[in-house]
Amino acid sequence: MYVAVKGGERAIANAHALLANKRRGDRSVVEIETRQIEEQLSLAVDRVMSEASLYDREIAALAIKQARGDLIEAIFLARAYRTTLPRFGFAEPLDTKAMALARRVSATFKDLPGGQVLGPTFDYTHRLIDFALGEACDPPPPATAPADAAPAAPRVVDIIAGDDLIERNPQGEYDAPIADVTRDPTEFPASRDARLQTLARGDEGFLLGLGYSTQRGYGRNHPFVGEIRFGEIEVEMVVPELGLAVPLGVIAVTECQMVNQFKGGDGEPARFTRGYGLVFGQSERKAMSMALVDRALRADELAEEKIGPAQDEEFVLSHCDNVQATGFVEHLKLPHYVDFQAELALLRELRREAGAPPPDAEAAE
Amino acid sequence: MSARPYNFAYLDEQTKRMIRRAILKAIAVPGYQVPFASREMPMPYGWGTGGVQVTAAIIGPDDVLKVIDQGADDTTNAVSIRAFFAKTADVATTTDTTEATIIQTRHRVPETPLTGDQILVYQVPIPEPLRFLEPRESETRTMHALAEYGVMHVKLYEDIARHGHIATTYAYPARVAGRYIMDPSPIPKFDNPKLDDCPALQLFGAGREKRIYAIPPFTRVVSLDFEDYPFERTKFDAVCEFCGATDSFLDEVVTDDKGGRMFVCSDTDYCEKRRAANKKDAAE
Repeated sequence: MYVAVKGGERAIANAHALLANKRRGDRSVVEIETRQIEEQLSLAVDRVMSEASLYDREIAALAIKQARGDLIEAIFLARAYRTTLPRFGFAEPLDTKAMALARRVSATFKDLPGGQVLGPTFDYTHRLIDFALGEACDPPPPATAPADAAPAAPRVVDIIAGDDLIERNPQGEYDAPIADVTRDPTEFPASRDARLQTLARGDEGFLLGLGYSTQRGYGRNHPFVGEIRFGEIEVEMVVPELGLAVPLGVIAVTECQMVNQFKGGDGEPARFTRGYGLVFGQSERKAMSMALVDRALRADELAEEKIGPAQDEEFVLSHCDNVQATGFVEHLKLPHYVDFQAELALLRELRREAGAPPPDAEAAE
Repeated sequence: MSARPYNFAYLDEQTKRMIRRAILKAIAVPGYQVPFASREMPMPYGWGTGGVQVTAAIIGPDDVLKVIDQGADDTTNAVSIRAFFAKTADVATTTDTTEATIIQTRHRVPETPLTGDQILVYQVPIPEPLRFLEPRESETRTMHALAEYGVMHVKLYEDIARHGHIATTYAYPARVAGRYIMDPSPIPKFDNPKLDDCPALQLFGAGREKRIYAIPPFTRVVSLDFEDYPFERTKFDAVCEFCGATDSFLDEVVTDDKGGRMFVCSDTDYCEKRRAANKKDAAE
């Protein structure tokens, strides 16, 4: 008797055991520790935290280990963990002016208060495989500046705004409700907070491609990197019972402020426009892509012609989530034989009616 | 970091209340897709996260759960979801359609008629019947609000013009309670008549798309058609090889590479019951 569909339970258990064994790999090789992932694969940890919307290096590192290095799977694990955590409030807005900068570059001004700070970057490395890394290595300690030497580094867009040359950010109402795309279904058109949240947890590759498409003419917005800053910043939350802001801890973020194509006319003086990106940890690629796409999605607001997919809000926001996308694409490998059977039956009927020879006749020829 | 104990049926009570409110609204407006704050579940989108959330929100300790995929209790995903609730809610599970109080399903409606004591929970991939005619949610919501369903009839008409048939064989659109057109999830159209006037409550959960909709008990559900091209249920030329059923949906099983085929019931519980009855008859 044909019973391939039977025995699902045992098959699942066996598959899980096999997976665990594969994850461990060759037992003669030392098992990787989550601390090693946290410290030495820290950009992977950053990406998982960003796209899982969960700032927890330990969980992210563990998820990467559990997922055998498949980052989308790790993001999924971290999100499924996050969703079980209680949400007890909203933090105060981050003041990125006050960030302890590890890196800060501007492409719009050669020099500026606070200076250009290169920091840890791949940017000017030669992409030559470093065979020395194949062995244990102990790089010399980097040069450091005196602790009290960090000058104030105002945000570049604030400097430009001082001359009234860039649009103002809309003044937020302090008590206005804040979107939470992990707790409410997105409605279209989406509010800017919901859009930025969705982009912040959107797939890096997808947003990179969309941002790139705007540069190649599919919704061009003439971007300049006003500033990219990466560093640590304190998160505070107002506890109503105490009536004051309480520090919750320090997180690392990358912020990108794009200065874009100017607007004006109808009595309004011309001003540059803005695109904004902010992600956990260090990921300039993601923060920049996000800023490009955020700006592209303001097409309606700025009365621009929409000619590229990056300007289409429903298209971008509905498809940038990699956990949703991978789930729906990969579910195609689940059984579909009932629907397929219904299609087969119709196809055979259509062919019979059209006078196609039955398969037996073809085989006999 | 120790494993933390999860709430009964995995979801926290606040989330369950939110889902129940969406379900109540869905029942009050049959066929209307209610947006809900779908949670990330510990199984992938596309694997039944909507159905799992609906089940988690309605299940109680005394419920008896049955889970089927493609009509069968023993397909891997059905096994996995059943095990999930057995683990997180410690409820009794069954494969017997008549014993179950909640049946979660993917792609089928059981052959055994349901009763008023049962709830059928469907896993839904794309809840919007108009999605492939109009990709924009903002548009389709307006079309539903205005009951502007002309495009759907045009689509069905084009099928007839091209193929001589309505060429939709699953996820066949139906009108609920004379108002909203719904996608009955990708069940074969063979199952559509079972939705009509069904004594059981039918709930539809789409996790990735964040929508819940419902057919209350004894509601009129009419599959769309034309006077001169009435809705036709899929008919099979074959009978079930195992139990001889002529009235069930059949899966085609490839038995060799020389064109050998056999047909068996897709509903495993129905087939097993019939086989047991056949055996008993033969023994008597």
